[in-house]
Parts: sequence; structure tokens; C-alpha cells
Amino acid sequence: MVVMSVASTDDELPLLRLDEVQPGRRVKVVHLKGRGRLRRRLLAMGMVPGAIVEVLRKAPLDDPVEYRVKGTDYSIRRRDAHMVEVRFMED
Amino acid sequence: MPHKGGMHWHYRARRRERHHEEHRLRIALAGNPNVGKTSLFNALTGARQHVGNWPGVTVDKKVGTRRHRGHLLEFIDLPGTYSLTANSIDEIITRDYIIEEAPDVVIHVVDATNMGRNLYLTTQLMTTGARLVMALNMFDVSEARGDCIDLEKLEEFLEIPVVPTSASKRTGMDRLLDEIVEEADREYHHHHMVGYGDELERRISVLVETLDQDPGISEKYPLRWMSVKLLEGDENVLERLSGSSVEEPVRALLTDADHEEIEVEMAERRYEVIDTILGQALVRCQLRVTPSDYVDRVLTHKWLGIPIFLAMMWGAFTLTFTVSIPFSAMIDAAFAHLSGWISENVASEWLGSLLADGIISGVGFVLIFVPPIFVLFLLLAILEDTGYLARAAFNMDRIMANLGLHGKSFIPMLMGFGCNVPAILSTRSIEDRKDRFITILVNPFMSCGARLPVFVLLAGAFFGAAAGTAIFGIYILGILVAILTAKLLRSTLLRGEPAPFIMEMPRYHLPSTKLVLSHTWERTRMYMRKAGTVILLGAIIVWFMASLPWGVEYGSEDSVAGMIGKLLEPLVAPLGFDWRIVVALLFGFIAKELVAGTLGVLFGGGEGGGSLVKGLTDPSSGLNAASAAGLMAFTLLYTPCLATVGVIWKETGSIRWTAFSVVYSLVLAWLVAFLFYRAGLALGWG
Repeated sequence: MVVMSVASTDDELPLLRLDEVQPGRRVKVVHLKGRGRLRRRLLAMGMVPGAIVEVLRKAPLDDPVEYRVKGTDYSIRRRDAHMVEVRFMED
Repeated sequence: MPHKGGMHWHYRARRRERHHEEHRLRIALAGNPNVGKTSLFNALTGARQHVGNWPGVTVDKKVGTRRHRGHLLEFIDLPGTYSLTANSIDEIITRDYIIEEAPDVVIHVVDATNMGRNLYLTTQLMTTGARLVMALNMFDVSEARGDCIDLEKLEEFLEIPVVPTSASKRTGMDRLLDEIVEEADREYHHHHMVGYGDELERRISVLVETLDQDPGISEKYPLRWMSVKLLEGDENVLERLSGSSVEEPVRALLTDADHEEIEVEMAERRYEVIDTILGQALVRCQLRVTPSDYVDRVLTHKWLGIPIFLAMMWGAFTLTFTVSIPFSAMIDAAFAHLSGWISENVASEWLGSLLADGIISGVGFVLIFVPPIFVLFLLLAILEDTGYLARAAFNMDRIMANLGLHGKSFIPMLMGFGCNVPAILSTRSIEDRKDRFITILVNPFMSCGARLPVFVLLAGAFFGAAAGTAIFGIYILGILVAILTAKLLRSTLLRGEPAPFIMEMPRYHLPSTKLVLSHTWERTRMYMRKAGTVILLGAIIVWFMASLPWGVEYGSEDSVAGMIGKLLEPLVAPLGFDWRIVVALLFGFIAKELVAGTLGVLFGGGEGGGSLVKGLTDPSSGLNAASAAGLMAFTLLYTPCLATVGVIWKETGSIRWTAFSVVYSLVLAWLVAFLFYRAGLALGWG
């Protein structure tokens, strides 16, 4: 399950996928999985390694989820958010 | 850190030559969606166009002109994009225009409240070698919320003119125009905002040198931009090299490049630079919880979100009906009066009939529907302007996804309530071909404003107090048919997974009265203009067909219209329709309003201006609540109007899909109308 990735200072915190993070939490992007358009689109909106993502809220039917990245809010489907590997921020 | 280098003299030289030809300057507007680019375009050119909160509203190149200090400025509004990859048609249109048409100046419109993401496009625009002027739009909003942007620092970092503007308040326009004219005359210098680190920069310069060997390439393209795109693995750019002398060496240079890694690294570098710049040029007062968040806690609430959405839509239709009834009744009475007066006072009998039964009835009955159309468009424009429609898409996306529809399809579908033509054009922002085709093919089932008159007319005549609910039901029927059709296509002819769906959620804002009224007026005016042209012409044709051969009773079975209707009557007899409905539906193919207009002529006219509702509910009409319900369903679903069929053909580029759309909707309309008629009869509506 845990995939080895770029070493960083808060290595000890476990890696997880963006779609697993509950609303209200803030995470840091570690790595982007997947390929093609989705990846390019995520990169363009600032989902680059190191970027901070805030999980805002879930849609009434649990999917999609709204995230705040670089000051802009986006609605992203869970299966797409699953492509982003993240780590919790030490609050 | 900003970094300079890379000399591409030919490309630059070509740009210099261009604008010396005359005092005519071509200015392109580029920027992210939702930054007020179209508002700025309107403020600059004085053009009145539709402006909305929806990403993807600007699909066509809009052009407008203006004189400034002895120059003729020609503005081109490019589609809103987040970057300049080959991700969507919008991005390709934008980058092709900037690269190949080489406008004299590009106004880069940036949302001052959202610079982090906006500057990403800046990094992309800079490598294209375009002359840039940045319009820092919504500057007033950013100031009001306490951000402090150091404009001098920003200009120093970016090395381009930065002008604070507010398109909605029309401030900063003169300075922006001054800067555009000055920038066009300035000596061009290259600025590379982003350096990609030693390893990548080495690769870039090798590629640039290689590409520079072929004058056919180096004169046409900015080489650094091209090299960066090639390293990112942009197929569209690679294709441009095919057949050139450098294609092979370039391919050789790219064999060991891990495009995906490079893409991430480059994006990371760009955001590093952006963060550095913003760290120094922006002191932000960022609220952790914005007022929008509080509103969204209710409007996207787990249990309340969807009921509120449905209640709002239902409320909008009911309100539309109740508010507009008195106004429509006034117009109806006025036209009936006018028509009666003409019949009595025009000496020539045939001319009197043409005026009263043809023109006044036809156009009058279309104008009756201006009040409901105005109210519905007003309500939709308010919802659109506040940013609520994005939440509607957010709430409904899961349902759409389950049914195989793309989340982005929601936007064109909602626009389809206005008019299917721009709605189908707006599908250009959908990247995947299959997703796009499905969205196009289901769009005509979204009931456009032109069909509303027919529903208002029939529901008002046959459903009394429940008219608003009946119309709401028809809209829901359209949505259901669209969804089921999408599911059908997704599992048969256009099989496959929907592409990823990422949608920006704009902050809520109070709708600007001026903007809302201008959208509403714009749409209503389009409807009225149609009434004055297509409908007028249609009404005259209908009158002739109802009056020829000379001497027959107006609109009787012996007239041309009657004969055609009679000929086709057996086809619709099982639906409870007679030949007059056939005629109305035939004309409806030209424009759906003509269904109402023709019903007006055939049922209302001919008796010296009797009320249409009376004519419809009279036993001689052969209509009852059951067949009226069927007719509403038929009008909703049958073959899209001529303009829509045209745009489907243009956008799919396929005569077969266009034919599919025509035949499928016709068959479906018949089946559903039959079902409604029979069910209505069973319920005792006969």
C-alpha cells in the first residue's frame, strides 16, 4: 500500500491518497500518479509536489469533493483525487 | 528566479515587421476562465455580449474594435484556459492563435484575487514570445478584502507592464490602452520567467540549436517554447515537425526523455517561481473561512443540497408563470383588439386577413411570451451570476457520473435551457471526443427558451392552476430523456469511461444588477428579434399556406397547409393530433417558436381575433388535456430546430451523427407523446 517516494523532512507521517482525506484537513502533495490530461490539469492548477491542499467539503452524494489549492476552489471526483499522493501537514 | 537567454532572431524579426505596416494593432485577450476576460473585452470594445460564471462560456473568437491615440485596435477574445498544453480545443485555439497569428500585443487578464494560479498561465505565455501587457483585473475586489499587491515589484519580476483594472467598474481602461499602444512600439526583449535548472536548461538549449537549423521552423515558431513543449511530450507540437529536416534529430534527442517526470519538474519550477514572486509582491489577507464557505455549508449540505436545488428550479418555473401571466394577458388582449380593429377597418379583405390573421396573430402570439421568457432568463441569470450554478453541478455530479454523463456536460445542459446553439458550441471545452459527442447529442432535449411559449400556451390552456408544475414536469422530462439517452449512447455507440472532471468553484458574489439585466435583456432581445424576422416570415408563409388556393376558407382543410397536414395526419392520429398540429410542428422545425405562432394562426386567428386559449380549449380543436400533454412532450423532444441541427453537424463534423439526432428524436417524440396521451386518457384527462 505505502509507496516509496521523494524523501522529505516529515517522512515519518504516512502517505495517503487525496480522496481519503476528510474535510477540514490540510495536506501536502507528495507525488502525482496517473498520466495524460488529468495529470496535466492537476499540475496546471498547482497540484505540484509541495503544494498545500485543503479539503473543504464533500458533495451531498459524497462525490465529488471540493478542494482549495493555491487560493482557488475546485470540485474533483474521488477517482481523480485518488491519483494524488499526499501527506498530512503537522499542524 | 527570472532568467534570461535563448535568442530566436527570426521569429522576433517577423513580429517586428508586422505591426509597422500600418497603425492597425491586433490585440488578443488571454487568461484563465472566470477572471472577467469577457467583461474586460466588453469594456474595451463597448460590445454588449453575454458574460457568465461558467468556465467555457467563451468558445468563439470574438472580435471588436476601438480607436486609441491614432491606432485602430482590433481585439480578439480568446477562450479561457489554465495553461497552453494541448489538453482541450480551447487551449489549442488559444495557443495556435498566439503562436501562428502572432497578435501585436496579448493582454493577459489576471484575477488579482487569485494570482497564484493565474501566474501559471503567465509562465506559459511568456515563452511564446508574445508581447504581454498584464491586466490585473478585479483589483478593487482584492483591495477591498485587504490584499496588498506591490505593483512595482510585480512589474520588476515579470518585466511586463502591469495595469490594475476593474472590468465591472470600467476602471483602468485608459491606462491599459496606453500600455498596449506603447508596448506595440517598444523594442521586444525576451523574458524567461522560469529557469528549469541546469539539466533541463541544457536539454532545452540543445533542442533550440537543433530546431534553429531549419529556417522553416525557426521563422514560424518560438524555439524555446517549442523545446519546452517537446520535452513535456506534447504530441501536437511534435506533429508540427513532421516532414521537416530536423524531425529525426529532434526525435533522437527526445528518446531518453521521461516526459512525465519532466512535466512535473517543470510545473514545480514554475510554481516555485510564482511562489517567490508572490512572496515578495503580495501581502495577502487570506481568510481561512470565506463567506462563500458559510453559504456552501447550506447549499451543498448533505441532506439539504439536492432538495434546495430542486426547490429552486421548481420555484423558478412557478414564479416565471405566475409573475408573467398578467403581462402576457395584457399583450394578448392588445393584439386581439388590434387584430379585430384591422379586420373591420381594412377595406381589402385579403389584406385585412393577411394583417390580422397572419402577421398580427403570428407575431402577437410570439410577443405574448416575452414576459415569461424575460422572467425565466432573469432568474437563471441571477443564479448564474451569483455562482450558484457551479454548486448545482457539484451537487448533481454524482448522479451524472452514474449515468455515464460527464460532469462538464452539466454546463452546456444548463445553458441549453436558454438556447441549444450556444450550449452546443460550449461543449468545445470538453476534451474527450466521446464525452463531447454525447453531450452534444443530448443537448436538444434540454428545453430551450423557444419551446417555453408552447408549454406556457398549452399548460395555461389545459392545466389551469397546475400550469407551473406541468411546465416544471416537462423540463424534468427533458432532463430524464437526456440522461437516459446519454446512458444508452455510453453503453452502445459511444462506449467508454468518462474523462476526469475538474471544475472551478467561483466564490459567491452578489449579482450585479446591471450585468444580470443586460444578460436577460440580451437573451430576450434575441427572442424578440427572431419574432421580428424568422417568425414574421414564418407567419406570412403560414398565412399564405392557410389562404391558398384563393377562395378557400382560411386555414381550412382545403388550403395548402390543410392538405399537407391531412396528408400526414394518419401518422399522428394515434397521438390525438389533427392536421393543424402537423402544420404547427412542421413549421416548428424552422424555429420552435413557430409552433406557438402557427397554433395562434390556426386555432386563434380566422375568427377575427378570438382568444387563442379559447380556440384551443374549444371542443372543435380536438385537443384535451391528454393530447396537450402529449403535444408538450412532442414539442420538447422532436427534431431540433434548423439552427441546432446545423450546429450539431458543424460540431460533430459528421452527417451520420446529425442524421441520428434527427431521426432518434423524432421517433422518441412520437413514442413519448403516445405514452403521455394514452396515460392521460387512462387518468381521465380526456
